[in-house]
Amino acid sequence: MPRERIPRHEMPRQKPEVRRHNFEEVALGYSQEEAIAEAKRCLQCKKPACVEGCPVQVRIPEFIGALRNEDFRRAAELLKDRNNLPAICGRVCPQETQCEIRCILGRKDEPVAIGRLERWAADWERKAGVQVPAPAPATGKRVAVIGAGPAGLTCAADLARLGHQVTLYEALHEPGGVLMYGIPEFRLPKDIVRSEVDYVRQLGVDLRLNSVIGKIRTVHELLEEGFDAVFLGTGAGLPMFMDIPGENLSGVYSANEFLTRNNLMKAYLFPQYDTPIKAGRRVAVVGAGNVAMDASRTALRLGAEEVHIVYRRSRDEAPARKEELENAEEEGIIFDFLTNPVAVLGDDKGWVRGLRCQRMALGEPDASGRRRPVPIPDSEFDVDVDTVIMALGTRPNPMVFANAVGLERTRHGTVVANEETGRTKLERVWAGGDIVTGAATVISAMGAGKRAAADINAYLCNGSPEPWWEEPAPATAS
Amino acid sequence: MYRIVAREDLAPVTKLFVVDAPEVACKAEPGQFVIVVVDEHGERIPLTVADYDRRAGTITIIFQEVGKTTRLLGTKRPGDELYAFTGPLGLPTEIEHYGTVMCIGGGVGIAPIYPIARALRAAGNRVISIIGARSRDLLFWEERMREVSDELVVTTDDGSYGRKALVTVPEKEILEAGAPVARIWGIGPAVMMKFVSLTSKPFGVKTIVSLNTIMVDGTGMCGACRIEVAGKTRFVCVDGPEFDGHEVNWDLLMARQRIYLDEEKRALLDFEKCPSCRGETTA
Repeated sequence: MPRERIPRHEMPRQKPEVRRHNFEEVALGYSQEEAIAEAKRCLQCKKPACVEGCPVQVRIPEFIGALRNEDFRRAAELLKDRNNLPAICGRVCPQETQCEIRCILGRKDEPVAIGRLERWAADWERKAGVQVPAPAPATGKRVAVIGAGPAGLTCAADLARLGHQVTLYEALHEPGGVLMYGIPEFRLPKDIVRSEVDYVRQLGVDLRLNSVIGKIRTVHELLEEGFDAVFLGTGAGLPMFMDIPGENLSGVYSANEFLTRNNLMKAYLFPQYDTPIKAGRRVAVVGAGNVAMDASRTALRLGAEEVHIVYRRSRDEAPARKEELENAEEEGIIFDFLTNPVAVLGDDKGWVRGLRCQRMALGEPDASGRRRPVPIPDSEFDVDVDTVIMALGTRPNPMVFANAVGLERTRHGTVVANEETGRTKLERVWAGGDIVTGAATVISAMGAGKRAAADINAYLCNGSPEPWWEEPAPATAS
Repeated sequence: MYRIVAREDLAPVTKLFVVDAPEVACKAEPGQFVIVVVDEHGERIPLTVADYDRRAGTITIIFQEVGKTTRLLGTKRPGDELYAFTGPLGLPTEIEHYGTVMCIGGGVGIAPIYPIARALRAAGNRVISIIGARSRDLLFWEERMREVSDELVVTTDDGSYGRKALVTVPEKEILEAGAPVARIWGIGPAVMMKFVSLTSKPFGVKTIVSLNTIMVDGTGMCGACRIEVAGKTRFVCVDGPEFDGHEVNWDLLMARQRIYLDEEKRALLDFEKCPSCRGETTA
């Protein structure tokens, strides 16, 4: 079989010197010919390892098989059997650490480009017309899902398909959660998010925007008002700051604010859209996760002349996906590794005029297994910037926990929940996604939403003969 | 969409809307705010709840037309709909029986001080109120305030109505006269709240102010509204909007309110040239 010798197909992308000036999608997707040719590389394993790596167990060889046979409709159906948001996942999943890393081809050659094929099949369906499966007969059970981000959308869609009556509450004026406010247009076009959210609504989910649970109703009130189950998928939306001097100067943003203004509020189109944003001329983004890459590349597109990533560890420890680091490097983002901010410097009008940093060195491994950065004495220096964006991670928003007696939380503010079922310590309340794990990935949140939907369905259909909560075997403290 | 059911022009630039929002009205308390988006291109702006009617399912908002968004909002009529209306956000006023309290409303700040004064009165407090504005045509709700106050002083900066004084003048006099004021609420422009706080500080009377900062989501997500209180960073949207005025870093607050001054001017200019062009004339 010559199949193995076909090299993995590269996906066309906008050239760095072009894309750094526009907000259009960087990756352009396969052509139909490329998609079919890439699909032909798949060995169609009897025991597919790739599926095990997928948090939502997409039927990978089957959908790729349908692509290979040019049955694109069937490919989309097979994808959506497990994944309600395939066009999104095909773009933002870290396939290299999930499905593709397990691909048998990867042992000698490069793995099948599963993510790119998923994207292609989903895009094909969106253009050809999305088919909505008929829901199961109505069960008469009502579920409130809180938060229309990746976890909530997935949970709501699965439950609606099973015939439950689902009300999906979203605090913002647009659904999508981090898919709308966090991930920029050039990585995930908002029309695609809207179209996949529309699909979830067409499955019968009743979406209520501008509805802040914890304010208009508490979790207990939802249960008392006749919801049989409640799923908490409110994510980790609170930004962290460094607690260094000058952090409240004008020109210091949380990455959340910077990205929300730009993505959800479309500040890059000001004044056609009313929300303004100040990208500045010289920008420092603190942190080296995916959010830091998004913020830095956004600042560049807004017209900044020089954008630095300031990170206290080295490139090897950077939590961003490799692909995102490379994209940022190609676009001309300057990386200041082993550099830690100690103060934001201001001018007499309260605006940022610089960032004082110190050089770091890597010492012994810390609790995370990464080498601990330690300051080098007398190494302080000032970076000339007018904008600082803090991309240090996020933690759960406590708003949903208002008066929610019985919902146990950790000292990190995450809710205690069984990882397999999503059950919290409060009966009839499930949780999944970043609200349980702290900031993680879109697909892991979707996986949690899916597992919770399965457990909610089992609970609603069969009752719960076993105890509601069983202490999991003691694990290492997170 | 959220329908405007009534409108009242309180002053040439001060408008009152009653908005149909049953879920917000059901839970709103004095001191809280809502986030409003006028249309799908709009920004999210916080407006304090001026009143609520749980039975009718409505929220009353009052705003002054100062920039593009509030000017656009001011063009809306009963029957028109607002794109988004989220709330009630922030923490409610701590209404207790304190004894004698003082409620000071400056300009458009008269609107949010009203439900607070009313609730404090209902809780058995003796309420001394001071309302003030730059001139007579910017004053409103004098009668309403009189109804919920045991004493009411009205001031204007230019003397066109009531007493010619800033609100801090009667505030100081009342405190100097030895009235047993246990707590003061002051709501209005930042500079007024700063001086209401400075005035009461020597008397050691706790003074609560309601801060109106720039916000985006209004739920703790973005941190645009962060300020310093007693040297600590706080978010107005979730830790407030009410804070101890003696502990607020006013200079920082006012600097942060000016971050988008250039953009605000530009947007207003565009709006004045062509209210429906969405900035495309100069883009």
